[in-house]
Amino acid sequence: MASKAASPVVEQYNYDIVKKFALMSLFWGLAGMSAGTYIASELAWPFLNFDIAQITFGRLRPLHTSGVIFGFGGNALFATSYYIVQRTCQTRLWGTGFANFTFWGWNAAITIAGIGYLMGITAGREYAEPEWYVDLIILVVWVVYFLVYTMTLLKRNQPHIYVANWFFISFILAVALLHIFNNLAVPVSFFGTKSYSLFSGAQDAMTQWWYGHNAVGFFLTAAFLGMMYYFVPKQAGRPVYSYRLSIIHFWALSFMYMWVGTHHLHWTAIPDWTSSLAAAFSIMLLMPSWGGMINGIMTLSGAWDKLRSDPIMMFLITSLSFYGMSTFEGPMMALKSVNALSHYTDWTVGHVHSGALGWVAMVTFGSMYHMIPRLWNTTLYSLKMVYIHFFLTTIGILLYITALWVSGIGQGLMLRAFDEYGNLAYSFIETVAFMHGPLVARAIAGMFIVTGLLFMLVNIYLTITRRDTVENTVAATAKA
Amino acid sequence: MMKHESIETNAALLIVLTLAAISIGGLVEIVPLFYIEGTVEDVKNADGKDAVRPYTGLEQLGRDIYTREGCYNCHSQMIRPFRDEALRYGHYSLAAESQYDHPFQWGSMRRGPDLARVGGKYSSSWNTKHLIAPRSVVPESIMPNYPWLQKTDLDTSDLIAKMKTLKKVGVPYSLTKIEYDANVEKFGEDVAKKLDINAAEKNLMKDAKLGNFDGNPDKLSEMDALVAYLQILGTMIDFSKHDEAEFIKFR
Repeated sequence: MASKAASPVVEQYNYDIVKKFALMSLFWGLAGMSAGTYIASELAWPFLNFDIAQITFGRLRPLHTSGVIFGFGGNALFATSYYIVQRTCQTRLWGTGFANFTFWGWNAAITIAGIGYLMGITAGREYAEPEWYVDLIILVVWVVYFLVYTMTLLKRNQPHIYVANWFFISFILAVALLHIFNNLAVPVSFFGTKSYSLFSGAQDAMTQWWYGHNAVGFFLTAAFLGMMYYFVPKQAGRPVYSYRLSIIHFWALSFMYMWVGTHHLHWTAIPDWTSSLAAAFSIMLLMPSWGGMINGIMTLSGAWDKLRSDPIMMFLITSLSFYGMSTFEGPMMALKSVNALSHYTDWTVGHVHSGALGWVAMVTFGSMYHMIPRLWNTTLYSLKMVYIHFFLTTIGILLYITALWVSGIGQGLMLRAFDEYGNLAYSFIETVAFMHGPLVARAIAGMFIVTGLLFMLVNIYLTITRRDTVENTVAATAKA
Repeated sequence: MMKHESIETNAALLIVLTLAAISIGGLVEIVPLFYIEGTVEDVKNADGKDAVRPYTGLEQLGRDIYTREGCYNCHSQMIRPFRDEALRYGHYSLAAESQYDHPFQWGSMRRGPDLARVGGKYSSSWNTKHLIAPRSVVPESIMPNYPWLQKTDLDTSDLIAKMKTLKKVGVPYSLTKIEYDANVEKFGEDVAKKLDINAAEKNLMKDAKLGNFDGNPDKLSEMDALVAYLQILGTMIDFSKHDEAEFIKFR
């Protein structure tokens, strides 16, 4: 501790909490993506379920989704938002104890929920699987998070609140709203794990997909745009391209996202007008989405050479390209006619991953490579390993998306094919047999991504552990 | 005109305006569904009674197993109004059919076929065999084996508590004579008896024995409950007795 106190940077900012969240994010990243690769393999080779209840696809998939979204993504957002709010407000994080509570509370919630999934404890709602008692922990953590964040904003030493913080505020508020209303449930008993949702059928479906899509919209988009708005300009060494564009796309994005969830329910037993409204807003949403992408990529104008020389910049700019691509694909799939084919198929799964891996994971990797050396006051161990990580991840994602385009669109076309007599051309199981090849390719794609992540973990480990040597060298040089 | 700068320099204003921006969509699209009549169709049998009834105790416990195993990760329960789906699965799903589903299990993915009308499509012994070892009956299947369902005794200890909880969230199970009579009025006497919480345990044993879903009458297994649930799916409305136009107007 003595050596830390000597550094003026540590005194000014609470880096300890950022470090904890950053490392935990990488841990969950490995756990969640490994689980993802495993369940992908189960689909390709079903014997991998091994007749063990705890690791069957149905129980393991929520562990994957919660692990990557809330474990990897959530911890990364806590880490970067706490880092960014301190740096841009030029003040120390408010409430050290409260901030620590968010760390332990958040990770305890994910752990309890995750173990529960394996035991078959689930609320049975996609991406909102934690049962009522975990939901309550999350709620308390979230209120404290809001408090820490807002109090830090209020004691800022800068008159302006920087744009990244707008996105984080929007994210914190929206997630609170979504979490509360989508998880309204009545427990069967106070000491039991089981609960029943307050709503049923059509209303339950509407609430769930209002939540489900805005978990994408605010958790996986708005918040990561906050991350982007800090780390892209920092790494590029240039100001944000357009201030005006950031204002317009922030408000448009915050307003429009909440309308589009129903596109997950096209052609189902909900009133048609909600579905049409969602489709219309989905198309409009393309504009604020691309506003963010353009603002990010154009920030690099005048420094394009960094795309050749700086692998961290490659991560950040590629993430924005994937963001642009998946926010184009999304509105297209939200059209009722396209959705008729794409819904219920792997096309949706591929689309989610082009966003979740291409955009969310890549912008996180880039930001972590920028932030972690600064937190530990050192330099990155190896840029070459960052290159390797970048190419493994990019190849993995492209293979993943392509495989699931084949699987999803192929299955969609087969299911609606008729023979010359007007009978169904294929039985359902024939489409499953067709999907085997793409599903194998997808599992291999997952292995690429996990391997890339292992390179990152080793690189980060060596970066942190060599800090002492670097510090000593610097100190020695200074003395001399 | 207000300058955006006044929002950027005032955290409270930023929070309030953001909250307003993100609240409108949900308010416009979701809240009306609780009030607009016809969001959930009112489907009657020829005798004027409700066609769709709440699940029996056994079926509900089976449904809980369906949720527990995460079946919704690969199976939908929502047939869309397309020709291929009509041929493959049957009449498109109505909102009325999942009105007692807490939570809904419409699903979002079909790695396996839709199950909204799987009830009665296969025999119970086929379902049992398929759940224990799917590839023994469908060689290309990628579904996991679920052998423990047959081996595990069904836990009925919280049956009453579960039904009471479901009653709290709006499922018309009956506890009092007045509620029972209301159910007789709504569903007819046969169904009302099944929905009586006071007779729930007795009914469950009777249903399991009568149905003999897992082929082993001596043991009340999780398989009994799950297959009982699967066998009721999509069977409550007899679509041959209804005119197609009757349902179109609700969409």
